[in-house]
Amino acid sequence: MKGCSSMTKKKLRTLPLLLLSASLAFTLTACGSGNNSKNGNAASGNAGGAANAAANDGGAKAEPKGPVELLNVSYDPTRELYVAYNAAFAKYWKDKTGQEVTVKQSHGGSGKQSLSVIGGLKADVVTLALGYDIDAIAEKGLINKDWSSKYEDNSAPYTSTIVFLVRKGNPKGIKDWNDLVKPGVEVITPNPKTSGGARWNYLAAWGYASKQDGGDEAKTKDFMKQLFKNVPVLDSGARGATTTFTERGIGDVLLAWENEAFLSQKELGDKFEIVYPSISVLAEPPVAVVDKVVDQKGTREVAEEYLKYLYSDEGQKIAADNFYRPINKSIAEQYKDKFKELDLLQIDKDFGGWAEAQKKHFADGGTFDEIYTPGSK
Amino acid sequence: MAGTVTSRLSAKAVVRAKPVSEPRAVKWLLIGIAFVFLALIVLLPLLTVFIEGMKRGWDVYISALTDPDAVSALKLTLLVAVIAVPLNAVFGVAAAWLVTKFSFRGKNLLVTLIDLPFSVSPVIAGFIFLLLFGAQGYLGPWLDEHNLQIVFATPGIVLATMFVTFPFVARELIPLMQAQGTQEEEAAATLGAKGLRIFWNVTLPNIKWALLYGIVLCNARAMGEFGAVSVVSGHIRGETNTLPLHVEILYNEYQFSASFAVASLLMMLALVTLGAKSLVEWKTAQRNKETLEG
Repeated sequence: MKGCSSMTKKKLRTLPLLLLSASLAFTLTACGSGNNSKNGNAASGNAGGAANAAANDGGAKAEPKGPVELLNVSYDPTRELYVAYNAAFAKYWKDKTGQEVTVKQSHGGSGKQSLSVIGGLKADVVTLALGYDIDAIAEKGLINKDWSSKYEDNSAPYTSTIVFLVRKGNPKGIKDWNDLVKPGVEVITPNPKTSGGARWNYLAAWGYASKQDGGDEAKTKDFMKQLFKNVPVLDSGARGATTTFTERGIGDVLLAWENEAFLSQKELGDKFEIVYPSISVLAEPPVAVVDKVVDQKGTREVAEEYLKYLYSDEGQKIAADNFYRPINKSIAEQYKDKFKELDLLQIDKDFGGWAEAQKKHFADGGTFDEIYTPGSK
Repeated sequence: MAGTVTSRLSAKAVVRAKPVSEPRAVKWLLIGIAFVFLALIVLLPLLTVFIEGMKRGWDVYISALTDPDAVSALKLTLLVAVIAVPLNAVFGVAAAWLVTKFSFRGKNLLVTLIDLPFSVSPVIAGFIFLLLFGAQGYLGPWLDEHNLQIVFATPGIVLATMFVTFPFVARELIPLMQAQGTQEEEAAATLGAKGLRIFWNVTLPNIKWALLYGIVLCNARAMGEFGAVSVVSGHIRGETNTLPLHVEILYNEYQFSASFAVASLLMMLALVTLGAKSLVEWKTAQRNKETLEG
């Protein structure tokens, strides 16, 4: 380089600059085009919304509107439920309004999904594992604070509970929660920090222990400590935990959503058995329209109907067929043999509601942090 | 000086035994070990993917690949590669040129920065973009006001992929260009060639094969990237799922055959890339031979 004359230096210097600016221009156009298409979508969505409003104002439904797209951000085990429900709803909506609706799905651990929506994932509706995760979104102003009173039963159109899935023949003889803390029993449950199901698991176990110990919290914590010592791996979502147990063959018992347990039995044959503990928890996975997004996209009408239709006879039947407990009494009656009657704890009555349960157990420094030390055996 | 060294070495070499003097048995044992190891670690798992994919028959295999979600994942994966790879190639050439043909203050820092994506975990790379462009991120409110969507949409996936694959081309070019030095460019300049002409006629032919090799590696990583893309994707089916994410989804939905079928598609893309890579290597070897003989 030293021998280089100043003349040549100058000449050599122009090129990288040229290349740099050319590539920069490239990036900008690339980003621009991506955004443009997005804008296009949003614009057409808005136009659709305006058309909707106009049609409603006129009181006439003659004009079929252009196709509309919803995004349902849901938690892990609802994949199969919403595949079936989306098809049924698209048909219902088409019959009713003549409009085509496509519902896109996104699934993951409930807490993680909630964070994604907060981070800007444009969900029209959220159907999560527990109220707290929707509260967290409402906290950021994306959803109206009174979301839980918008639909019947705290906006939870189906319920579920936590059961045990064990390997065929139940070789470790697991019958109830106290069998889980025995030495040599490996328990699979996802991480309560990211998974909604795991938080229900945790509360169910806590509720059992608390009842056994007559409310002595130190003893309950001991029980939980013992229990989580038997957990070899914490997956981030319920489905991950299920595949760990069923596919990778790790663990003796999986703490699972009832629907998840039924589904793995259905998909993977009778290699597993469901065990109902003496006491469990009434899990109410709630739904909500993301107000800010639907108003931006102009999809409020169809999004609200999408959730409302979950309460219809057809919606309830689809839920039941996918192993969720329907809340409609007469539909529940039809599926009586499928769902065992259980002694169920309730979040509001027994744990003081989600806000309090979250603070006490799962927030930083809560009981979960206290009893769980990663990697301790 | 050089001559004497060579002659002394070759004189010694005559006395010395042949460099490979191990008995046949040892030679074959070593080759055998290499093959068995490769078969166990590389071939067997790859074969398993194909076998598992075909387990439920050709129909399931085909329907898994023609499923709308799979097709859209394939399209997205190719789109991302088509945007990210050429951009990184241009960036890489520019950066390598800058680093090797000029001396300036802060050069070492620049080289370190180029290497940064290699040392950062892909998941962190994803989070960086979430922190920047997410609704709660630094630019989030501004983007939202202008109705721009970066993360949880294609631009975010492209950005994350570009970040992760950025060093490949530059890293491939820098050592080569350093070894080549600047004499040829200087000679061209003294003969009156201008900057761009020097690049096209002197520099580019010299680095052609290394550049292609870098592009091939960059492409392989761009299509296979999971971690960073997973963070910024939002996992919307048929919209922001790339092939690697789609494989995971299918696996989690108990559709094991379909999952392996899509995985085998991803692998075939990789094999094409690998074929391209071998071709480039072969060409480079040939070229080296020519220069040596010439």
